[in-house]
Amino acid sequence: MSENPIREALQEAINDHAVILFMKGTPEQPMCCCAARTVAALDALGSPYAAVDVLPDPRIRQELSAISNWPTIPQLFVKGELVGGCDIVTEMYETGELAQTLGLQQPAETAAPSGAQPSAAPLTPENRL
Amino acid sequence: MPTTDELKQRIETALPGSRAEVVDLTGGGDHFRATVVAGEFAGMSRIEQHRRVYAVFGGEIGGPIHALSLETRAE
Repeated sequence: MSENPIREALQEAINDHAVILFMKGTPEQPMCCCAARTVAALDALGSPYAAVDVLPDPRIRQELSAISNWPTIPQLFVKGELVGGCDIVTEMYETGELAQTLGLQQPAETAAPSGAQPSAAPLTPENRL
Repeated sequence: MPTTDELKQRIETALPGSRAEVVDLTGGGDHFRATVVAGEFAGMSRIEQHRRVYAVFGGEIGGPIHALSLETRAE
């Protein structure tokens, strides 16, 4: 058995998904305003992403922060690298850097954030423990 | 409960020469937004800049300071 199954499951999820968002709640039902803003930015770009709800177990958040050296939730990872939390993701969306990072086209200025659904089903690494 | 003045002072003390503006987003003393301008941010990525500010408060982020929203720049 591994020493730290939660951390390993998180690291595996980060490695296995090109775009993965750790958040409070789910993309359909974000449980804080930061989560909602981050989801809106990803959805506005039509980016496919995996999402992990950190709320079911406080250890998820604790181990995630240990991996990322980042104290707050949400956290967006692209290709295994922490891109940032809500502030950075929102700022990068506004400047077009997020689209660039994700290899996507920035939508026209007038386009409202769409209700696009994430293509990947939310992950629940805690269920594998 | 931390105050905006206390947070401002702690950031400015920890990052010499920096200027910080802190607002209490909810009036509840736990959701803050800080704008921090510091020379030492030059050449640092956004992630590194934010980590630098978060490091000032360590484990208080997510605890007594429930949320600290950041905007950082070098000058």
